[in-house]
Amino acid sequence: MKKRLMALALCGAMGASLLTGCGSSTKETAAATTAAAATEAAKTEAATTAAATEAAKKEAKGSVYYLNFKPEQDAQWQELAKAYTEETGVPVTVVTAASGNYETTLMSEMGKSGAPTLFQVNGPVGLANWKDYCYDLSGSDIYGELTSDGFALKDGDAVDGIAYVIESYGIITNKTLLEKAGYSVDDIKSFDDLKKVAEDITARSAELGFSAFSSAGMDGSSDWRFKTHLANLPIYFEYQADGIGATDAIKGSYLDNYRAIWDLYINNSTCAPAELAAKTGDDSRNEFLASKAVFFQNGSWEYGNLTGDGKFTDDDLTMIPIYIGAGDEANQGLCTGTENYWCVNGQAGEDDIQATLDFMYWCVTSEKGTNTMANEMGFVIPFKKAAESPNLFVKVDKELTAAGKNPVSWNFTTMPSEEWKNGVGSALTAYAADQTDANWDAVVKAFVDGWATEYALANP
Amino acid sequence: MEKALKKYSPIFVLPTLLAFIIGFIIPFAEGLYLSFCQFTTVKNAKWVGLSNYKRVFTDQSFIDSLGFTVSFAVAAIILINVIAFGLALLLTRKLKGTNIFRTVFFMPNLIGGIVLGYIWQILINCVLSIVGQPLLALNKEAGYWGLIILTCWQQIGYMMIIYIAGLQNVPDDLIEAAQIDGASAWKTLWKVKLPMVMPSITICVFLTLTNSFKLFDQNLALTAGDPNHMTEMLALNIYQTFYARAGAQWKGLGQAKAVIFCILVIVIALAQLKATRSKEVQQ
Repeated sequence: MKKRLMALALCGAMGASLLTGCGSSTKETAAATTAAAATEAAKTEAATTAAATEAAKKEAKGSVYYLNFKPEQDAQWQELAKAYTEETGVPVTVVTAASGNYETTLMSEMGKSGAPTLFQVNGPVGLANWKDYCYDLSGSDIYGELTSDGFALKDGDAVDGIAYVIESYGIITNKTLLEKAGYSVDDIKSFDDLKKVAEDITARSAELGFSAFSSAGMDGSSDWRFKTHLANLPIYFEYQADGIGATDAIKGSYLDNYRAIWDLYINNSTCAPAELAAKTGDDSRNEFLASKAVFFQNGSWEYGNLTGDGKFTDDDLTMIPIYIGAGDEANQGLCTGTENYWCVNGQAGEDDIQATLDFMYWCVTSEKGTNTMANEMGFVIPFKKAAESPNLFVKVDKELTAAGKNPVSWNFTTMPSEEWKNGVGSALTAYAADQTDANWDAVVKAFVDGWATEYALANP
Repeated sequence: MEKALKKYSPIFVLPTLLAFIIGFIIPFAEGLYLSFCQFTTVKNAKWVGLSNYKRVFTDQSFIDSLGFTVSFAVAAIILINVIAFGLALLLTRKLKGTNIFRTVFFMPNLIGGIVLGYIWQILINCVLSIVGQPLLALNKEAGYWGLIILTCWQQIGYMMIIYIAGLQNVPDDLIEAAQIDGASAWKTLWKVKLPMVMPSITICVFLTLTNSFKLFDQNLALTAGDPNHMTEMLALNIYQTFYARAGAQWKGLGQAKAVIFCILVIVIALAQLKATRSKEVQQ
């Protein structure tokens, strides 16, 4: 009996350790396994097609391995890679990292012998990790195709990265609900207008059956909307006022405006501010989809999630600029920019580098490539031969720019580190739960002092 | 026969030894080497000497998480072992349904840490929101006690099984002799049963100690270090240093932290083993 019990205990121990093993590696279980399965399939597929076409096209040398950042577009990239292999005989492997795991995946893949030849960084701060691995793209064909030099990510004179998608964010608005509340988009032209409309909706929310803002979830799946994207606005206006593009010490001149818009978001929302700490990005989107809120701060990448069967049509939606009561509000546009830069692995073999450059060039110039990127992926790409994108929010951005509004640039790529964002996010969450001046001072401290500390740590 | 065994023993040892070298010795040596380097990918490391180690001790977050880990470990070790031993005593009394209870108490151990973490996060947040307290992400105390409740819930059953095995090993004649000598139940427990189950106590304290120090998935899933790294344990701190930071200067630092962490756990565990082993008695 005793022996059997011991044996049972041991079996249990083994089972338990096996299970914990599963647990620890599967934070993003579903995404990771499906992505892995998909890419595995794609790999073998690419290999077989490659073998088939190899005989016909002996001259094709090198291969491409693209580590994709955007899980939403995985299927389309696989498709595009296959089409390219059929056309040229060059094998292209596309692997997509699970959401939130890009850096980790990239780090381990780069250490292997068949490292990615094409990967991405999210701007100057992300480049810090990888600049020793970046091939200088300054002489490449694709660099010549960029519509503006501003879309190149430079380290001194070397072009280390090239932006491949331009995105916009703002306040996604449900026009139908807004009309129900007795307003139209044209009524909102400044922060004061937005405040008036939002507070009026809150006052009547019981009667209307919806709130002004969807929950500003501060769970890790959604807090980037506020600690990064919303925080971009005070940074942008400060940079504008000081005439700079980056800084080692932020002053926080517009933090009172940041507080005003944050107050507006959390006090006119679908849930009590104290509950925001546990609200996720999905919660927020679902509230918006269920017509429980008029406004939803997010970007053009949400278009696919908001439209389609049983969801909204283009007529229901629009996107308005995030007014915070700073700068020239009459001429403020959406926040438009990029944090997706393609980099070529300079440590790959010469043939592979050339194959990768050819593949990139093909993606942004060929009919198949540009069409897939615009229509299937919904991207606006900053290249001369880009095709028109059907994405509504992108169109809104274009209209606003055409009407003379100035897009707000993405300055959050100059934020000193992830740690800085986390510090601000944490303080924001604490402030939301208990809106005192002391708690706001903690946000200011994380914003201003945290910037200086983190900048010093990141740039020793 | 014995001679032949001796002669061929290296051959029998070889497969295990190879696996041990590939799976443990080489990675460990490489890890040790990397802790003296600056690197982004492991194949491309630059030797920088002791500078990573110097930075570890000026890194406030590491010191803080060490403090948090120690306070967590103390509470967790005491609670888990006391409760598990109590349960083991109850469930060796030949009561009805003992086997069912043993199974039920053991079951939480079969669920992975991440899953447990998320389940408890929902439960605790729900309770906190009912009693009007700040949620886990903002509440250091709740995070601390949440972690302790979670690990207790997970590990008590497992330790209980080991204690049960130990208690069943106590010879009946010893207990009988004690009773005839007029020892009370309390005295029997302290003077007879406890010394006899010392080997089980050694194992259980060792397991809870190392588990508490190495706790990672439960920490990641339940609090992820919120609020602002205040509930970040050592293993999570190392992970965050390594992965959440951009720039080559952080990887080596994370590696140096990991080496220090490893040495720390080994030293504490050895000290504990020595201390509890000395209390063990021969039957």
